[in-house]
Amino acid sequence: MAESTFLDANELVLNMGPQHPSTHGVLRVILKLDGETVTGTECVIGYLHRGVEKIAENRTYIQFAPYVDRMDYVAAVSNGLGYCLAIEKLLNIEAPPRAQAVRVILTELNRITSHLLWLGTHALDIGAITPVFYCFRDREEALKIFENYCGARLTTHAFRIGGLQYEVYDGFEQEVRAFCDMFIPKVDEYEELLTNNRIWVNRLKGVGVLTGDECKEYGVTGPVLRAAGVKWDLRKAQPYSGYEQYDFDIPTAQNGDTYDRYTVRMEEMRQSVRIMRQAIEKIPSGPIMAKVGKVVKPPMGEAYVSIEAPKGELGYYVVSDNSTQPYRVRVRPPSFVNLQALDRMVRGGLIADVVAIIGTLDIVLGEVDR
Amino acid sequence: MFRLLKTILLWDLLQGLWVTFRNQNPKYICTEQYPAERPKIAERYRGAPRLNINPDNGETLCIACNLCALACPENLIVVGSARNEETRRKELSTFTYDTSRCMFCGLCEDACPVDALELTQDFELASYTRDGAIWDRQMLEEGPKPSKYLS
Repeated sequence: MAESTFLDANELVLNMGPQHPSTHGVLRVILKLDGETVTGTECVIGYLHRGVEKIAENRTYIQFAPYVDRMDYVAAVSNGLGYCLAIEKLLNIEAPPRAQAVRVILTELNRITSHLLWLGTHALDIGAITPVFYCFRDREEALKIFENYCGARLTTHAFRIGGLQYEVYDGFEQEVRAFCDMFIPKVDEYEELLTNNRIWVNRLKGVGVLTGDECKEYGVTGPVLRAAGVKWDLRKAQPYSGYEQYDFDIPTAQNGDTYDRYTVRMEEMRQSVRIMRQAIEKIPSGPIMAKVGKVVKPPMGEAYVSIEAPKGELGYYVVSDNSTQPYRVRVRPPSFVNLQALDRMVRGGLIADVVAIIGTLDIVLGEVDR
Repeated sequence: MFRLLKTILLWDLLQGLWVTFRNQNPKYICTEQYPAERPKIAERYRGAPRLNINPDNGETLCIACNLCALACPENLIVVGSARNEETRRKELSTFTYDTSRCMFCGLCEDACPVDALELTQDFELASYTRDGAIWDRQMLEEGPKPSKYLS
Protein backbone atom coordinates (compact mmCIF):
# COMPACT_ATOMS: atom_id res chain seq x y z
CA MET A 1 0.00 0.00 0.00
CA ALA A 2 2.70 2.39 0.96
CA GLU A 3 4.83 1.82 -2.11
CA SER A 4 2.28 2.93 -4.66
CA THR A 5 -1.02 4.70 -4.46
CA PHE A 6 -2.01 3.58 -7.94
CA LEU A 7 -3.84 0.36 -8.42
CA ASP A 8 -3.57 -2.12 -11.22
CA ALA A 9 -6.73 -2.85 -13.15
CA ASN A 10 -7.30 -6.09 -11.24
CA GLU A 11 -6.54 -4.69 -7.81
CA LEU A 12 -8.99 -3.66 -5.16
CA VAL A 13 -8.70 -1.72 -1.92
CA LEU A 14 -10.77 -2.98 0.97
CA ASN A 15 -11.24 -1.42 4.38
CA MET A 16 -11.27 -3.90 7.19
CA GLY A 17 -12.47 -2.26 10.35
CA PRO A 18 -12.53 -0.16 12.49
CA GLN A 19 -15.81 -1.84 13.31
CA HIS A 20 -14.91 -5.27 12.05
CA PRO A 21 -15.67 -7.86 14.74
CA SER A 22 -12.45 -9.79 14.30
CA THR A 23 -10.04 -6.90 14.55
CA HIS A 24 -10.53 -7.11 18.33
CA GLY A 25 -11.26 -3.47 18.81
CA VAL A 26 -10.96 -0.42 16.65
CA LEU A 27 -8.14 -1.41 14.35
CA ARG A 28 -8.52 -0.41 10.72
CA VAL A 29 -6.56 -2.40 8.17
CA ILE A 30 -6.54 -1.18 4.58
CA LEU A 31 -6.02 -4.21 2.41
CA LYS A 32 -4.85 -4.11 -1.18
CA LEU A 33 -6.21 -7.18 -2.86
CA ASP A 34 -5.56 -9.02 -6.06
CA GLY A 35 -8.53 -11.31 -6.20
CA GLU A 36 -8.44 -12.95 -2.83
CA THR A 37 -4.70 -12.52 -2.34
CA VAL A 38 -3.45 -9.74 -0.13
CA THR A 39 -0.74 -7.74 -1.86
CA GLY A 40 -0.32 -5.01 0.72
CA THR A 41 -1.69 -3.71 3.98
CA GLU A 42 -1.70 -0.55 5.95
CA CYS A 43 -2.73 -0.35 9.58
CA VAL A 44 -4.58 2.71 10.77
CA ILE A 45 -4.47 3.00 14.51
CA GLY A 46 -5.35 5.70 16.98
CA TYR A 47 -9.09 5.30 17.29
CA LEU A 48 -8.66 4.52 20.97
CA HIS A 49 -5.94 7.06 21.67
CA ARG A 50 -6.40 8.68 25.05
CA GLY A 51 -2.97 10.16 25.59
CA VAL A 52 -2.17 8.05 28.62
CA GLU A 53 1.49 9.02 28.53
CA LYS A 54 0.52 12.70 28.62
CA ILE A 55 -1.98 12.10 31.42
CA ALA A 56 0.92 10.70 33.45
CA GLU A 57 2.67 14.06 33.38
CA ASN A 58 -0.29 15.67 35.14
CA ARG A 59 -0.77 13.05 37.85
CA THR A 60 1.28 12.11 40.85
CA TYR A 61 3.09 8.78 40.78
CA ILE A 62 0.44 7.15 42.95
CA GLN A 63 -2.45 8.65 41.02
CA PHE A 64 -1.21 7.35 37.69
CA ALA A 65 -1.26 3.71 38.80
CA PRO A 66 -4.97 3.12 37.98
CA TYR A 67 -4.45 4.44 34.45
CA VAL A 68 -1.91 1.80 33.45
CA ASP A 69 -4.57 -0.86 34.07
CA ARG A 70 -6.56 0.65 31.25
CA MET A 71 -3.93 0.17 28.58
CA ASP A 72 -3.89 -3.59 28.30
CA TYR A 73 -7.18 -4.08 30.02
CA VAL A 74 -7.23 -7.85 29.76
CA ALA A 75 -3.88 -8.02 31.57
CA ALA A 76 -4.27 -5.14 34.01
CA VAL A 77 -2.27 -6.80 36.76
CA SER A 78 0.81 -7.19 34.55
CA ASN A 79 0.62 -3.53 33.61
CA GLY A 80 0.39 -2.53 37.22
CA LEU A 81 3.38 -4.71 38.08
CA GLY A 82 5.51 -3.16 35.36
CA TYR A 83 4.66 0.37 36.44
CA CYS A 84 5.23 -0.33 40.13
CA LEU A 85 8.58 -2.00 39.40
CA ALA A 86 9.69 1.03 37.37
CA ILE A 87 8.85 3.48 40.15
CA GLU A 88 10.43 1.17 42.72
CA LYS A 89 13.60 1.18 40.66
CA LEU A 90 13.52 4.98 40.62
CA LEU A 91 13.04 5.06 44.38
CA ASN A 92 15.71 2.39 44.79
CA ILE A 93 13.52 0.16 46.94
CA GLU A 94 12.29 -3.37 46.58
CA ALA A 95 8.98 -4.88 47.55
CA PRO A 96 9.13 -7.28 50.52
CA PRO A 97 9.30 -11.01 49.72
CA ARG A 98 5.70 -11.62 50.73
CA ALA A 99 4.49 -8.92 48.37
CA GLN A 100 6.65 -10.34 45.59
CA ALA A 101 5.19 -13.82 45.98
CA VAL A 102 1.62 -12.52 45.90
CA ARG A 103 2.51 -10.39 42.89
CA VAL A 104 3.83 -13.44 41.05
CA ILE A 105 0.68 -15.42 41.79
CA LEU A 106 -1.61 -12.66 40.60
CA THR A 107 0.37 -11.89 37.45
CA GLU A 108 0.46 -15.55 36.47
CA LEU A 109 -3.26 -15.77 37.11
CA ASN A 110 -3.60 -12.74 34.90
CA ARG A 111 -1.55 -14.42 32.19
CA ILE A 112 -4.05 -17.26 32.24
CA THR A 113 -7.06 -14.94 32.00
CA SER A 114 -5.43 -13.05 29.15
CA HIS A 115 -4.61 -16.23 27.24
CA LEU A 116 -8.10 -17.59 27.86
CA LEU A 117 -9.64 -14.47 26.39
CA TRP A 118 -7.27 -14.75 23.45
CA LEU A 119 -8.09 -18.42 22.91
CA GLY A 120 -11.84 -17.87 23.03
CA THR A 121 -11.90 -14.95 20.64
CA HIS A 122 -9.29 -16.39 18.31
CA ALA A 123 -11.23 -19.63 17.98
CA LEU A 124 -14.37 -17.58 17.44
CA ASP A 125 -12.67 -15.75 14.57
CA ILE A 126 -11.68 -19.00 12.94
CA GLY A 127 -15.21 -20.32 13.32
CA ALA A 128 -15.10 -22.51 16.39
CA ILE A 129 -17.84 -21.09 18.56
CA THR A 130 -17.72 -23.53 21.45
CA PRO A 131 -14.35 -22.71 23.09
CA VAL A 132 -15.34 -19.12 23.87
CA PHE A 133 -18.02 -20.29 26.29
CA TYR A 134 -15.70 -22.65 28.11
CA CYS A 135 -12.89 -20.10 28.19
CA PHE A 136 -15.06 -17.40 29.66
CA ARG A 137 -16.58 -19.81 32.16
CA ASP A 138 -13.14 -20.74 33.49
CA ARG A 139 -11.84 -17.18 33.25
CA GLU A 140 -14.65 -16.25 35.60
CA GLU A 141 -13.09 -18.38 38.35
CA ALA A 142 -9.84 -16.46 38.05
CA LEU A 143 -11.65 -13.13 37.97
CA LYS A 144 -13.42 -14.07 41.19
CA ILE A 145 -10.03 -14.42 42.86
CA PHE A 146 -9.12 -10.94 41.63
CA GLU A 147 -12.42 -9.56 42.86
CA ASN A 148 -12.00 -11.14 46.27
CA TYR A 149 -8.42 -9.96 46.52
CA CYS A 150 -8.63 -6.35 45.41
CA GLY A 151 -12.27 -5.57 44.75
CA ALA A 152 -12.25 -5.29 40.97
CA ARG A 153 -12.35 -7.86 38.25
CA LEU A 154 -10.78 -6.28 35.23
CA THR A 155 -9.06 -2.98 35.96
CA THR A 156 -7.75 -4.23 39.22
CA HIS A 157 -5.30 -1.64 40.58
CA ALA A 158 -3.99 -4.53 42.68
CA PHE A 159 -0.43 -3.35 43.35
CA ARG A 160 0.87 -0.17 44.86
CA ILE A 161 4.30 1.39 44.63
CA GLY A 162 6.41 -0.47 47.19
CA GLY A 163 4.28 -3.55 47.62
CA LEU A 164 0.63 -4.31 48.09
CA GLN A 165 -2.26 -2.34 49.47
CA TYR A 166 -4.29 -5.34 50.52
CA GLU A 167 -3.28 -8.33 52.59
CA VAL A 168 -4.44 -11.61 51.05
CA TYR A 169 -7.93 -12.57 52.16
CA ASP A 170 -8.79 -15.68 54.17
CA GLY A 171 -8.98 -18.63 51.83
CA PHE A 172 -6.80 -17.07 49.13
CA GLU A 173 -4.39 -20.03 49.12
CA GLN A 174 -7.21 -22.55 48.96
CA GLU A 175 -8.94 -20.71 46.14
CA VAL A 176 -5.76 -20.46 44.07
CA ARG A 177 -5.01 -24.14 44.70
CA ALA A 178 -8.56 -25.07 43.72
CA PHE A 179 -8.19 -23.02 40.56
CA CYS A 180 -4.92 -24.76 39.67
CA ASP A 181 -6.46 -28.19 40.19
CA MET A 182 -9.55 -27.25 38.23
CA PHE A 183 -7.70 -25.58 35.39
CA ILE A 184 -5.26 -28.21 34.09
CA PRO A 185 -8.02 -30.63 32.98
CA LYS A 186 -9.76 -27.69 31.36
CA VAL A 187 -6.71 -26.91 29.20
CA ASP A 188 -6.73 -30.51 28.08
CA GLU A 189 -10.39 -30.05 27.23
CA TYR A 190 -9.68 -27.03 25.02
CA GLU A 191 -6.93 -28.98 23.33
CA GLU A 192 -9.33 -31.84 22.70
CA LEU A 193 -11.67 -29.39 21.01
CA LEU A 194 -9.08 -27.73 18.82
CA THR A 195 -5.65 -29.33 18.52
CA ASN A 196 -6.63 -32.19 16.23
CA ASN A 197 -9.65 -30.57 14.65
CA ARG A 198 -9.15 -30.67 10.88
CA ILE A 199 -10.68 -27.26 10.22
CA TRP A 200 -8.57 -25.67 12.92
CA VAL A 201 -5.39 -27.33 11.67
CA ASN A 202 -6.04 -26.51 8.04
CA ARG A 203 -6.83 -22.90 8.79
CA LEU A 204 -3.75 -22.35 10.97
CA LYS A 205 -0.89 -24.56 9.76
CA GLY A 206 1.54 -22.59 7.63
CA VAL A 207 -0.42 -19.35 7.92
CA GLY A 208 1.35 -16.13 8.86
CA VAL A 209 4.81 -17.59 9.14
CA LEU A 210 7.32 -15.37 10.89
CA THR A 211 10.82 -16.75 11.29
CA GLY A 212 12.99 -16.08 14.31
CA ASP A 213 15.22 -13.62 12.46
CA GLU A 214 12.24 -11.68 11.16
CA CYS A 215 10.83 -11.55 14.68
CA LYS A 216 14.07 -10.04 15.92
CA GLU A 217 14.09 -7.51 13.09
CA TYR A 218 10.60 -6.34 13.93
CA GLY A 219 11.22 -6.46 17.67
CA VAL A 220 8.39 -8.90 18.13
CA THR A 221 8.30 -10.46 21.60
CA GLY A 222 6.23 -12.83 23.63
CA PRO A 223 4.55 -16.01 22.39
CA VAL A 224 4.94 -14.88 18.77
CA LEU A 225 8.73 -14.85 19.17
CA ARG A 226 8.81 -18.12 21.09
CA ALA A 227 6.69 -19.85 18.47
CA ALA A 228 9.46 -19.04 15.98
CA GLY A 229 11.92 -21.07 18.02
CA VAL A 230 13.64 -18.27 19.94
CA LYS A 231 13.92 -19.17 23.59
CA TRP A 232 13.48 -15.73 25.06
CA ASP A 233 11.48 -15.02 28.16
CA LEU A 234 12.21 -12.03 30.37
CA ARG A 235 11.18 -14.02 33.41
CA LYS A 236 14.26 -16.16 32.81
CA ALA A 237 16.50 -13.66 31.02
CA GLN A 238 16.30 -10.88 33.60
CA PRO A 239 14.21 -12.16 36.51
CA TYR A 240 12.11 -9.64 38.37
CA SER A 241 9.87 -9.93 41.40
CA GLY A 242 11.50 -13.18 42.49
CA TYR A 243 10.92 -15.23 39.35
CA GLU A 244 14.36 -16.79 39.71
CA GLN A 245 13.05 -18.94 42.59
CA TYR A 246 10.50 -20.73 40.46
CA ASP A 247 11.09 -23.67 38.24
CA PHE A 248 9.37 -23.50 34.87
CA ASP A 249 10.03 -24.11 31.20
CA ILE A 250 9.89 -21.70 28.29
CA PRO A 251 7.60 -23.32 25.74
CA THR A 252 8.86 -22.95 22.19
CA ALA A 253 7.89 -24.23 18.77
CA GLN A 254 9.72 -24.44 15.48
CA ASN A 255 7.64 -23.30 12.52
CA GLY A 256 6.53 -19.86 13.64
CA ASP A 257 3.11 -20.22 12.09
CA THR A 258 -0.26 -19.51 13.62
CA TYR A 259 -0.71 -23.07 14.82
CA ASP A 260 2.58 -22.97 16.70
CA ARG A 261 1.62 -19.76 18.41
CA TYR A 262 -1.51 -21.54 19.58
CA THR A 263 0.42 -24.48 21.01
CA VAL A 264 2.93 -22.17 22.69
CA ARG A 265 0.20 -20.22 24.43
CA MET A 266 -1.56 -23.38 25.58
CA GLU A 267 1.69 -24.63 27.07
CA GLU A 268 2.30 -21.25 28.69
CA MET A 269 -0.96 -21.57 30.59
CA ARG A 270 0.23 -24.89 32.00
CA GLN A 271 3.55 -23.35 32.99
CA SER A 272 1.72 -20.48 34.69
CA VAL A 273 -0.17 -23.00 36.79
CA ARG A 274 3.15 -24.62 37.63
CA ILE A 275 4.58 -21.29 38.84
CA MET A 276 1.46 -20.54 40.85
CA ARG A 277 1.62 -23.94 42.54
CA GLN A 278 5.20 -23.31 43.60
CA ALA A 279 4.52 -19.75 44.73
CA ILE A 280 1.44 -20.62 46.78
CA GLU A 281 3.36 -23.28 48.71
CA LYS A 282 5.89 -20.81 50.02
CA ILE A 283 4.38 -17.40 50.50
CA PRO A 284 6.75 -15.95 53.09
CA SER A 285 5.30 -14.11 56.03
CA GLY A 286 6.22 -10.55 56.80
CA PRO A 287 5.27 -7.08 55.73
CA ILE A 288 3.57 -6.43 52.41
CA MET A 289 4.69 -2.86 51.95
CA ALA A 290 8.19 -1.41 51.76
CA LYS A 291 8.90 1.91 53.43
CA VAL A 292 7.32 4.41 51.07
CA GLY A 293 6.17 7.80 52.22
CA LYS A 294 2.66 9.12 51.69
CA VAL A 295 4.10 11.30 48.94
CA VAL A 296 6.20 9.49 46.37
CA LYS A 297 8.99 11.79 45.28
CA PRO A 298 11.79 9.90 43.51
CA PRO A 299 15.21 11.47 43.08
CA MET A 300 16.13 12.91 39.72
CA GLY A 301 16.85 10.20 37.22
CA GLU A 302 15.35 7.73 34.87
CA ALA A 303 14.46 4.06 34.95
CA TYR A 304 13.44 1.47 32.41
CA VAL A 305 11.87 -1.76 33.56
CA SER A 306 10.50 -4.41 31.27
CA ILE A 307 8.50 -7.43 32.27
CA GLU A 308 7.09 -10.41 30.45
CA ALA A 309 3.44 -9.50 30.02
CA PRO A 310 1.09 -12.09 28.49
CA LYS A 311 1.57 -10.47 25.09
CA GLY A 312 5.29 -9.88 25.18
CA GLU A 313 7.80 -7.45 26.58
CA LEU A 314 6.06 -4.65 28.41
CA GLY A 315 8.41 -1.82 29.28
CA TYR A 316 8.01 1.32 31.35
CA TYR A 317 10.45 4.18 30.98
CA VAL A 318 9.98 6.82 33.64
CA VAL A 319 11.90 10.07 33.98
CA SER A 320 11.79 11.87 37.28
CA ASP A 321 12.67 15.53 37.84
CA ASN A 322 12.54 15.22 41.64
CA SER A 323 8.92 16.30 41.91
CA THR A 324 5.78 14.39 42.80
CA GLN A 325 4.78 14.05 39.18
CA PRO A 326 6.68 12.11 36.52
CA TYR A 327 8.45 14.24 33.95
CA ARG A 328 7.83 11.65 31.26
CA VAL A 329 6.39 8.17 31.13
CA ARG A 330 6.93 6.12 28.04
CA VAL A 331 5.33 2.73 27.62
CA ARG A 332 6.72 0.06 25.35
CA PRO A 333 3.58 -1.90 24.65
CA PRO A 334 3.97 -5.43 23.28
CA SER A 335 0.81 -5.26 21.17
CA PHE A 336 1.92 -2.15 19.29
CA VAL A 337 5.28 -3.62 18.36
CA ASN A 338 3.84 -7.02 17.46
CA LEU A 339 1.26 -5.37 15.24
CA GLN A 340 4.02 -3.93 13.05
CA ALA A 341 4.77 -7.43 11.79
CA LEU A 342 1.23 -7.78 10.46
CA ASP A 343 2.12 -6.58 6.97
CA ARG A 344 4.96 -9.07 6.67
CA MET A 345 2.72 -11.90 7.83
CA VAL A 346 -0.35 -11.32 5.68
CA ARG A 347 1.38 -10.34 2.43
CA GLY A 348 0.79 -13.02 -0.16
CA GLY A 349 -1.80 -14.77 1.94
CA LEU A 350 -5.51 -14.99 1.51
CA ILE A 351 -7.93 -12.45 2.88
CA ALA A 352 -9.44 -15.05 5.22
CA ASP A 353 -6.02 -15.55 6.78
CA VAL A 354 -5.86 -11.88 7.80
CA VAL A 355 -8.48 -12.61 10.42
CA ALA A 356 -6.49 -15.56 11.73
CA ILE A 357 -3.27 -13.54 11.84
CA ILE A 358 -4.76 -10.56 13.65
CA GLY A 359 -6.21 -13.02 16.13
CA THR A 360 -2.93 -14.82 16.66
CA LEU A 361 -1.00 -11.60 17.32
CA ASP A 362 -3.23 -11.13 20.38
CA ILE A 363 -3.43 -7.37 20.19
CA VAL A 364 -5.39 -5.20 22.56
CA LEU A 365 -6.21 -1.88 21.00
CA GLY A 366 -6.19 -0.05 24.31
CA GLU A 367 -2.50 -0.82 24.45
CA VAL A 368 -1.75 -0.20 20.78
CA ASP A 369 -3.21 3.29 20.84
CA ARG A 370 -2.69 4.14 24.52
CA MET B 1 -3.94 -47.00 7.60
CA PHE B 2 -5.07 -46.21 11.13
CA ARG B 3 -4.77 -42.51 10.38
CA LEU B 4 -6.79 -42.87 7.21
CA LEU B 5 -9.50 -44.65 9.14
CA LYS B 6 -9.47 -41.87 11.72
CA THR B 7 -9.84 -39.28 8.98
CA ILE B 8 -12.69 -41.06 7.27
CA LEU B 9 -14.56 -41.66 10.52
CA LEU B 10 -14.19 -37.98 11.49
CA TRP B 11 -12.46 -38.98 14.71
CA ASP B 12 -11.18 -35.44 15.41
CA LEU B 13 -14.62 -33.93 15.11
CA LEU B 14 -16.18 -36.63 17.30
CA GLN B 15 -13.49 -36.00 19.89
CA GLY B 16 -14.54 -32.34 20.07
CA LEU B 17 -18.22 -33.19 20.08
CA TRP B 18 -17.64 -35.52 23.01
CA VAL B 19 -16.33 -32.55 25.00
CA THR B 20 -19.46 -30.54 24.23
CA PHE B 21 -21.59 -33.55 25.09
CA ARG B 22 -19.88 -33.94 28.46
CA ASN B 23 -20.35 -30.26 29.22
CA GLN B 24 -24.10 -30.26 28.73
CA ASN B 25 -24.45 -31.81 32.16
CA PRO B 26 -26.79 -29.50 34.16
CA LYS B 27 -24.32 -29.32 37.03
CA TYR B 28 -22.00 -27.23 34.83
CA ILE B 29 -24.59 -24.50 34.27
CA CYS B 30 -23.13 -21.23 35.43
CA THR B 31 -25.64 -18.66 34.18
CA GLU B 32 -26.56 -16.04 36.76
CA GLN B 33 -30.24 -15.18 37.08
CA TYR B 34 -29.32 -11.59 37.76
CA PRO B 35 -32.30 -9.45 38.75
CA ALA B 36 -34.11 -12.41 40.29
CA GLU B 37 -31.08 -13.65 42.22
CA ARG B 38 -28.58 -11.18 43.59
CA PRO B 39 -25.02 -12.04 42.63
CA LYS B 40 -22.52 -12.68 45.40
CA ILE B 41 -20.32 -9.60 45.66
CA ALA B 42 -16.83 -9.78 47.09
CA GLU B 43 -16.30 -8.18 50.46
CA ARG B 44 -13.65 -5.82 49.10
CA TYR B 45 -15.65 -4.86 46.03
CA ARG B 46 -15.17 -1.26 45.01
CA GLY B 47 -18.60 -0.03 44.01
CA ALA B 48 -20.80 2.91 44.93
CA PRO B 49 -19.21 5.41 47.32
CA ARG B 50 -20.69 5.95 50.75
CA LEU B 51 -20.09 8.62 53.35
CA ASN B 52 -20.37 6.89 56.69
CA ILE B 53 -22.31 8.38 59.55
CA ASN B 54 -21.92 7.63 63.21
CA PRO B 55 -24.78 5.22 63.96
CA ASP B 56 -25.13 6.47 67.54
CA ASN B 57 -25.88 10.11 66.89
CA GLY B 58 -26.34 10.32 63.14
CA GLU B 59 -23.45 12.76 62.67
CA THR B 60 -21.05 12.36 59.80
CA LEU B 61 -17.68 10.79 60.45
CA CYS B 62 -16.06 13.05 57.87
CA ILE B 63 -13.71 15.65 59.30
CA ALA B 64 -13.54 17.64 56.04
CA CYS B 65 -9.77 17.17 55.77
CA ASN B 66 -9.93 17.19 51.94
CA LEU B 67 -7.43 14.30 51.63
CA CYS B 68 -9.77 12.24 49.42
CA ALA B 69 -10.14 15.15 47.01
CA LEU B 70 -6.36 15.45 46.81
CA ALA B 71 -5.86 11.72 46.31
CA CYS B 72 -8.40 11.43 43.52
CA PRO B 73 -6.75 11.11 40.09
CA GLU B 74 -9.80 12.55 38.35
CA ASN B 75 -10.43 15.41 40.83
CA LEU B 76 -14.07 14.46 41.08
CA ILE B 77 -14.53 14.95 44.82
CA VAL B 78 -15.44 18.39 46.11
CA VAL B 79 -15.45 18.84 49.87
CA GLY B 80 -17.12 21.90 51.28
CA SER B 81 -16.47 22.88 54.86
CA ALA B 82 -17.44 25.65 57.23
CA ARG B 83 -15.99 26.68 60.56
CA ASN B 84 -18.33 26.14 63.46
CA GLU B 85 -18.08 29.36 65.48
CA GLU B 86 -19.02 27.71 68.79
CA THR B 87 -16.59 24.79 68.78
CA ARG B 88 -14.01 26.49 66.53
CA ARG B 89 -13.78 23.32 64.44
CA LYS B 90 -14.03 22.74 60.72
CA GLU B 91 -17.21 20.90 59.88
CA LEU B 92 -18.41 19.29 56.69
CA SER B 93 -21.03 21.29 54.86
CA THR B 94 -21.27 19.80 51.35
CA PHE B 95 -19.72 16.77 49.68
CA THR B 96 -20.01 16.10 45.95
CA TYR B 97 -18.86 12.92 44.27
CA ASP B 98 -19.13 12.58 40.48
CA THR B 99 -19.64 8.85 39.89
CA SER B 100 -19.77 9.36 36.12
CA ARG B 101 -16.05 10.14 36.03
CA CYS B 102 -15.05 7.76 38.81
CA MET B 103 -12.93 4.77 37.87
CA PHE B 104 -13.31 3.11 41.27
CA CYS B 105 -9.59 2.84 41.88
CA GLY B 106 -10.07 3.09 45.64
CA LEU B 107 -7.42 5.74 46.24
CA CYS B 108 -9.90 7.99 48.07
CA GLU B 109 -10.86 5.36 50.61
CA ASP B 110 -7.18 4.53 51.12
CA ALA B 111 -6.53 8.20 51.83
CA CYS B 112 -9.39 8.70 54.29
CA PRO B 113 -7.92 8.90 57.82
CA VAL B 114 -11.22 8.24 59.64
CA ASP B 115 -12.80 5.64 57.31
CA ALA B 116 -15.64 7.98 56.50
CA LEU B 117 -15.50 7.57 52.73
CA GLU B 118 -15.86 4.00 51.59
CA LEU B 119 -16.52 2.19 48.34
CA THR B 120 -19.31 -0.26 49.03
CA GLN B 121 -20.71 -3.38 47.46
CA ASP B 122 -23.56 -1.54 45.74
CA PHE B 123 -23.03 -1.78 42.03
CA GLU B 124 -26.25 -0.48 40.47
CA LEU B 125 -25.27 3.07 39.62
CA ALA B 126 -27.35 3.75 36.53
CA SER B 127 -29.44 6.88 36.38
CA TYR B 128 -31.67 8.47 33.79
CA THR B 129 -29.87 11.79 33.73
CA ARG B 130 -26.30 12.95 33.77
CA ASP B 131 -26.96 14.96 36.90
CA GLY B 132 -28.13 11.81 38.58
CA ALA B 133 -24.57 10.49 38.44
CA ILE B 134 -23.31 13.40 40.52
CA TRP B 135 -23.97 12.45 44.10
CA ASP B 136 -24.44 14.98 46.84
CA ARG B 137 -23.90 14.49 50.53
CA GLN B 138 -27.41 13.16 51.21
CA MET B 139 -27.18 10.61 48.43
CA LEU B 140 -23.75 9.50 49.61
CA GLU B 141 -24.98 8.99 53.15
CA GLU B 142 -28.15 7.15 52.22
CA GLY B 143 -26.73 5.08 49.37
CA PRO B 144 -28.31 4.28 46.02
CA LYS B 145 -31.85 2.96 45.89
CA PRO B 146 -32.06 0.81 42.77
CA SER B 147 -35.46 -0.29 41.50
CA LYS B 148 -36.49 -3.78 42.44
CA TYR B 149 -37.47 -6.00 39.56
CA LEU B 150 -39.22 -9.36 39.63
CA SER B 151 -39.22 -8.95 43.41
